[in-house]
This record gives sequence, C-alpha cells and structure tokens, in this order.
Amino acid sequence: MVRNSASRYAASIGLTIAPFATLVILWWLLRLTGLINPGLLPSPLQVARTFWSTLTGGELLINIAMSVVRVLGGLLLGTAAAVPVGFLIGWYRPVGRLLDPLINFFRALPPIALIPLVIVYLGIGEIAKIAILFYASFFAAVIVMYEGMAAISPIYVRVARTLGATDFEIFARVMVPLTVPHMLVALRVALGVCWATLVAAELVAAQQGLGAMIQNASAFFDLNTIYLGIICIGALALLMDTILRRLTTRIVGWQEKIER
Amino acid sequence: MSANAPALERLRFENISMQFPTDRGPLEVVHEVSLSIRAGEFVSLVGPSGCGKTTLMNMAAGFVKPTRGSVTLDGKAIAGPGPDRGVMFQEYGVFPWLTVEENVAFGLRLKANRKPAKERAEIVERYLKLMRLWDFRKAYPKTLSGGMRQRLALARAYAVNPDFLLMDEPFGALDAQTRSAMHDLLLDILGAEGKTVMLITHSVEEAVYLSNRVVVISARPSRVRSVVEVPFPYPRHHALQETPEFNELRASVHELVMREYAAQEAQRTTED
Repeated sequence: MVRNSASRYAASIGLTIAPFATLVILWWLLRLTGLINPGLLPSPLQVARTFWSTLTGGELLINIAMSVVRVLGGLLLGTAAAVPVGFLIGWYRPVGRLLDPLINFFRALPPIALIPLVIVYLGIGEIAKIAILFYASFFAAVIVMYEGMAAISPIYVRVARTLGATDFEIFARVMVPLTVPHMLVALRVALGVCWATLVAAELVAAQQGLGAMIQNASAFFDLNTIYLGIICIGALALLMDTILRRLTTRIVGWQEKIER
Repeated sequence: MSANAPALERLRFENISMQFPTDRGPLEVVHEVSLSIRAGEFVSLVGPSGCGKTTLMNMAAGFVKPTRGSVTLDGKAIAGPGPDRGVMFQEYGVFPWLTVEENVAFGLRLKANRKPAKERAEIVERYLKLMRLWDFRKAYPKTLSGGMRQRLALARAYAVNPDFLLMDEPFGALDAQTRSAMHDLLLDILGAEGKTVMLITHSVEEAVYLSNRVVVISARPSRVRSVVEVPFPYPRHHALQETPEFNELRASVHELVMREYAAQEAQRTTED
C-alpha cells in the first residue's frame, strides 16, 4: 500500500490526538455517571468555557506568559552554566572526582526544599524564582552533561590525534560535536525539572503565573480554573518537550539511535 | 613495496619490554622484542589474541611508551601520535557526526596538514572514488555497512598522506567477500603510492597474501617467535592464493601460530 506524505501526516496527528480525546471522553462519561459528586468534578465543557473566558479576558495569557518566561529564563541560565561546568569536570577527571560528591549532594536535594530558604534571602520577586529554577536546571543538566561526556568513546580522540589534531582542535572538532546530543538531553531533563519546580514556587509565592492561578482558584474553590491550570501546565510542558525533540532529530540526526 | 635494493630502515623496536600493573603484581605483555621495518615494506604481526600485538602498534602510533627499550621512527624516538603515521583502528572510529566526505576532509582541515579548499576537495574526491564511496559522500556513517565504514576510515587515513600505515585488525569484522575485496584494494593503492605498512591480524592467510614479511608473535609475554619472508612478487592477485607455493607457506606459518595458541591455552589453564 502506497501512502502519500499528506495522509501519513494526518494519520500521525490523529494518533497524537486520539489518546487525549479518549481521556476527555472518559472524563466526560465519568461525570455523566454521577459516580463523583458533580460539585467536585467539573465537566470538560465547563473547563473549556473557563478557558475561553480567561483567554478573552487576557488573564490566562498573562499567567501563561509569566510561567513560560520564568521557565525559559531559569532553564537557559541553568543549562548555559551547566555546559561549561559539565565540560570541565568531564574533561579533567581529577576535577570531576573532586566535585562529583558535591554535585550529587546538591542534585539529590529537591529544589522545592530550598524554596523557603530562597524566600528568606531573595524575597518573593522574580529573582527568587529565577534563582530556584537556575538551581534546579543547573544540577539536572550538569549531571547529564558530565555522564554523557564520560560515556564518549576515546577512539574518536585517538583517531583525531593520529590525523594530527592539536588539543584545541580535538576540543573544538571532536568533543564539542560529540557533546551536542548530551546538551540536548540535558536541556530536556532540565525542562521537566524546571516545570515541576516552577509550579511549586508559584504555589508558594507568586501573584501571577499558572501555579499562582491554581493557588488562587483553590482559595475560592474554583475547580474549573484549577483544572484549566493543570491542563495548561501539561500542555505547555508537552509542547516545549516536543519542540526540543524535533530540534534534537534535526540537529543530531547523525546519531545511531536518537533518544526519545 | 620493492624487494630489491636494501631499503632504508624506518621503524625500529629495540629490546622492547612492556609491563602493566595488575592486582597480582606487574604483568609482562611484551618481552624484549626487537624488530625493524624498512621503507616500503609490508610487515604483518600474527599471534594469539591478548599477546600484546596491539601494544606494539600503540607504541608505534605513539599512544604508549615501553617500560624498557626504545621505539624509533627514522632514528628519532616516537614522542606521540602524528599525521606521518596513519592508524587504522579495529573499531574504525569513523566520526558519526560528519558526513562521509567531511570525514575524509577532517584531517585536511587540521593545522598540521591544512590544504586550501580546492585541493582538499580534489583529495576527498580522489579517495572517495578509489574507495567506491563517492555516491555516498553526503551520507552519515550510520547508514553505511561495516565494509563501507572500513573503507571510509581508510580513505580518511590516506587523505593526510601518511607514508607509514599502522593497521590493527582492520579487516577483522568484515565478511569474507568484503575482506577479500579490501585486500585487493589495499594492494592496488599501495602499489600506486608506495607506503610502509605494519599490519596486525589474526588471519595467517591475510598476512601471507599481503606481506613481505610475517612476524609470528608468541603467547604472552610477546616475543618475536619467528620471521617468515614471503617471496611472492608484487603486484599480487587473487589467483596467488590458489597456488601450492602459497598454500605451503600459509600452512607452515599456520603451524607456527598454532603452536603459540597451544602455549597460550596451557598458560590459561595454569593461571586459573
């Protein structure tokens, strides 16, 4: 059977949407059966209506923008710092051995546990949130970078040396390209950690952002908005991850196996 | 490759010994090996695995230094790897992030042997065509077969024009047909460009077919057990492998190697 690319594209979109559509139908059926008190479970339609009204009212977009900006800011700063540090400890093994226990200690510490401390030092402003996200993404990314670099086969360095490469050429022409896939994985891992941490931070201390939106709604027992907030967070995290995955396929398509 | 005229000595192993530290004390993998390879010669090292052949090659490549003795190239001690010695590794080491043509051009972009773009393109084209990889020049290595990767590694090593080739089991992972085709390709190129080769192999047939001299290395620790001159003139062709002379020589080298395998087996049993 020959299928053209358009129909394959349509089928792929259908396959992506189908599980979500099923979930919404199940949700709707669950409400229809009345097994759960309708006061505790809004219908998909009600949530959709809340979505529309907050969207046209503008407050949803502001909340989304605030959260996205915070995530991107923390993520980019954290991974930008993690890349050189990951390089350093992956390249100079003694430095790695020295820093390894420290990095593992801080990585094992859930960033959420630091939120009260950050509030004490930095208050509840944007700097406090960026700081906590920086922390979260830095340690998530640095460990991925470092372990990825440790797994790089020494054969490529040896080959480059026999072809006459200098230390700098080995770094720029062998180590850097081999590290790009690990940078992208680090970015993806850090992205997940960032979303989790951001929402926690916004739940505790923020006026705006999706976490704050959920927190405020909970004070008014506004389940529609709580559901909307949760769905938005999931959708945004999924969207960002999909973009990163696409980017990965495009940039490091040379890999034997692409991590999915 | 010429057998006449006493050629210049190039690579020289002088009383080489090599020990590695282990939990049970130092392990000697190479014991007092002396060997020299002359300009234009093709010399193969055969012997049981784990017998330190690769260590000898790593010394010539400049990756390791012997515990005792000296390794010299043209009379100078080998200080490290360099583009004057092309190395073919067992695992090829084709760069997966570069296309086929970028792999071949890699060495030509380095400071050590930088060539202007036009000349670089010509060299890349020449070796890709020679290795029958021209049609795949835009492909990434992940799409290539084992034989093609091997040819790519060879093209990359050749592009920087080393006059000494060090090859560590380069054909080990190939099927019989590809291997045989690679032998002929190698002989063709060597015939045209005249390089000095040190080849490490498990295959006695391969060693005899390709070499001027076959060096049989003993079980651990490696010593030079015997050196067999291969009298067949170059250019050699496949048909050579069907002649009684070839088979006789192959059988006698095989016999020598098998003795070393037996010695190694005996060694293993006493060790365990």
